[in-house]
Amino acid sequence: MEEFASLLDALVYTTSRNRKLALIAAYLRSSPDPDRGWAMAALTGGLDFPAVKSSTIRILMMERVDPVLWALSRDFVGDTAETASLLWPEPEDAAPQPALSLAEVVDRLAALTRATAPKELPALLSRMDAKGRYALIKLATGGMRVGVSARLAKTAFAIAFEVPVEEVEEYWHALAAPYPELFQWAAEGGDPPNLAGVPRFRPFMLAHPLEDGVVDLADYAAEWKWDGIRVQLVRAGGETRVYSRSGDDISATFPELLDLLPIDAVLDGELLVRGVTQGGEAGGAASFNALQQRLGRKTVSKPMLRDYPAFVRLYDVLLLDGTDWRERPWKSRRATLEGLMPRLPESHFDLSQLVEAPDFAALSAIRDTARDEAIEGLMLKHRDSPYVAGRRVGHWFKWKRDPLLIDCVVMYAQRGSGKRSSFYSDYTFGCWDGDPDAGAELLPVGKAYSGFTDAELKKLDKFVRQNTLNRFGPVREVKRELVFEVAFDSVHASKRHKSGLAMRFPRIHRIRWDKPAHEADRVESLRALVKD
Amino acid sequence: MAAPFSWIRPEPWGIHIVPADIWVDPSRPVPRALVTHGHADHARGGHGETIATPATLAIMELRYRTGASDDSGTVLHKAVPVEYGETIRLPGGVDATYIPAGHVLGSAQILLEHAGERVVITGDYKRAPDPTCAPFEVTPCDIFITEATFGLPVFTHPPIGEEIGKLLEARADNPDTCVLVGAYALGKAQRVIAELRAAGHSDTIWLHGAMEAMCRLYEEHGVALGDLRLVTDAPSKEAMCGAIVVAPPSALNDRWSRRLPDPITAMASGWMRVRARARQRGVELPLVISDHADWNELTRTIKEVNPAETWITHGREEALLRWCALSQRRARALALVGYEDEDD
Repeated sequence: MEEFASLLDALVYTTSRNRKLALIAAYLRSSPDPDRGWAMAALTGGLDFPAVKSSTIRILMMERVDPVLWALSRDFVGDTAETASLLWPEPEDAAPQPALSLAEVVDRLAALTRATAPKELPALLSRMDAKGRYALIKLATGGMRVGVSARLAKTAFAIAFEVPVEEVEEYWHALAAPYPELFQWAAEGGDPPNLAGVPRFRPFMLAHPLEDGVVDLADYAAEWKWDGIRVQLVRAGGETRVYSRSGDDISATFPELLDLLPIDAVLDGELLVRGVTQGGEAGGAASFNALQQRLGRKTVSKPMLRDYPAFVRLYDVLLLDGTDWRERPWKSRRATLEGLMPRLPESHFDLSQLVEAPDFAALSAIRDTARDEAIEGLMLKHRDSPYVAGRRVGHWFKWKRDPLLIDCVVMYAQRGSGKRSSFYSDYTFGCWDGDPDAGAELLPVGKAYSGFTDAELKKLDKFVRQNTLNRFGPVREVKRELVFEVAFDSVHASKRHKSGLAMRFPRIHRIRWDKPAHEADRVESLRALVKD
Repeated sequence: MAAPFSWIRPEPWGIHIVPADIWVDPSRPVPRALVTHGHADHARGGHGETIATPATLAIMELRYRTGASDDSGTVLHKAVPVEYGETIRLPGGVDATYIPAGHVLGSAQILLEHAGERVVITGDYKRAPDPTCAPFEVTPCDIFITEATFGLPVFTHPPIGEEIGKLLEARADNPDTCVLVGAYALGKAQRVIAELRAAGHSDTIWLHGAMEAMCRLYEEHGVALGDLRLVTDAPSKEAMCGAIVVAPPSALNDRWSRRLPDPITAMASGWMRVRARARQRGVELPLVISDHADWNELTRTIKEVNPAETWITHGREEALLRWCALSQRRARALALVGYEDEDD
């Protein structure tokens, strides 16, 4: 437990991704089984102890600390777990007890009930120091909040034992904490886990951006790039699961997709909701904004299912009826998928159609004219490409349509993090709410922190420092002088911003040192681009 | 016969000794001031006459030219030194005695006696050992006027050896970069350096320019700090690998730090006890080192001094008031302006 508590503490204070990876990898290499497996479960959000809630901790504290002192402390610290870890009265005459391992702590927490927790938890807390108590309470109440995603933890695992992260992903979702088979294979050189009959995730094949290149359409097939979320549908052993791009099991969010596959399969496609903006009026899909209503929910209400019905637009097949098609060329997989389509219900599945063009120039023209909302651009897939995990050059390209552009005025700048912590590198910009020469004001419309070179960043940083009007902690308000040409993929109505608009993927396209601020665009120009 | 203790009055800008018309740690210029220590929220320039320990006066001369003469040889702001343990008679029959407070070099509590009544004003203080200054002395009194910077029970400062150990460990673990320690330029910086020396670290310690004069002043007062050099004199970025650099907290994320090889950012402060405080400042290596009393020291000191009444000058006075109420001690909070030591 001591080592795990130290790891959490170190992660809390580390902002660099590489240092986080190194910390987790070092812990995984040096810690015994099954402790390290439980640590992975904790870092990937895979532990749940329903008997312990934040209120359980608060009640325990109230019995031990004056309520006024507790409230003042909690207000100052801002976190119940941390306040409790600092205020827990350490027993003065405690006979030294053997240290608990993480696995022992997990076992004890798992055995707790609502009735036993108020008695058993204090005994555990009294055996630890403040750092240990913090880790224990975070573990028990869930949500580590140490800035580590599940993907980062798995990447650290792969680094620690020098195994491919795609393989880790492939086994991960089919195994349960503390993942003994995974450590047996990766750390001890044992056989890979046997996962026949388990509906498990396979890592996605990803695409490279097509910068200025040209491809031969004899070699490449084109498809629309849909603006939904990438999903993998897996049926095995009589069960179907839906996985997100990160490999998270999102089956509970889309229950309408779970009983539809007639045979065992692993299918790749875009999850969309019904609407008219993507791919035609009948049987089309709505914009990404509509899909967002469905994302991130653990349970789905009937009105949600009715108003935002989900379906999958399929574009690849990895496994079908016991056959692994991943080594086969794309054209064979495509034919297999087309053969499967009649067996799938039209209500929830369709096929991502190919975009036919006589040559690349003609295709380019099609891409430019199709400003259909939410079709992000084109995908180009080599007709002989196997299905390989990750991003392999030359197989798949994404050819995004040209971004939308608008001129905005910089309003606020914030310091970045990590290497950029001494630079003002995050910018909030706005457009005019009327005629700037007639007293119009700027309304913030977005925020961006990319799209410029290191040399430009230095210049921007200098501009911010020399043109500061006000300081609010790490944020500076600057004179309304500098214009950014901002590129973005689309813009949507949003209640979150005063302007009522939210951009997707805004980035700084050009810095217009030459352009006077009053010549920047107005909010109404941006609003005209909304297509919800 | 005047009402008890009517001769001492807390006002928003300081504590007024009425019969002498002298102020303690006033936050605006006054004709005569008693100053507990050299930190800017207690020691201000511009008083007609400042009465303080010789070390505090030296710090004030450095910062405000207190006691220095101008071109014509006139001393505008007079400095009157008082040694620890020495008692001086003030007008109106008030005696003032300077007693070590253990906060920083020259820091003093001031014992005021008048008509048989005893009042101690602590200024800032701590009870933990510190090689750079004389230790706090418990002084019995009727009214104890204490600070409460860390007046919340979450604040307990660990033994400094543990924190210095973390710093040396981080340095040893990262030979390809340097550790940049944010530390308040008066007191904290010199204490961290002295404790590093005591722990056997004899390499050059690199300084931000703002630290230089105060470190020299400490050495002139007998606090040995070893080999110190300015970062601006470093031959190259690479030469800083494996080094410990000490800078004021404001420089940690400033452009100044770009000259260092991707440093690990440490900060020596009592606030580092709270994770959110460290994260807000981008601190990767929090060192819980404070020159103020922590919660246990505050409550222990009140118990040991055992005054009839406790007045609390600044900090998180609400919680300390609550503790006094729970332990049946008379206490009140003084609403003094201008005291707060964010960087400690």
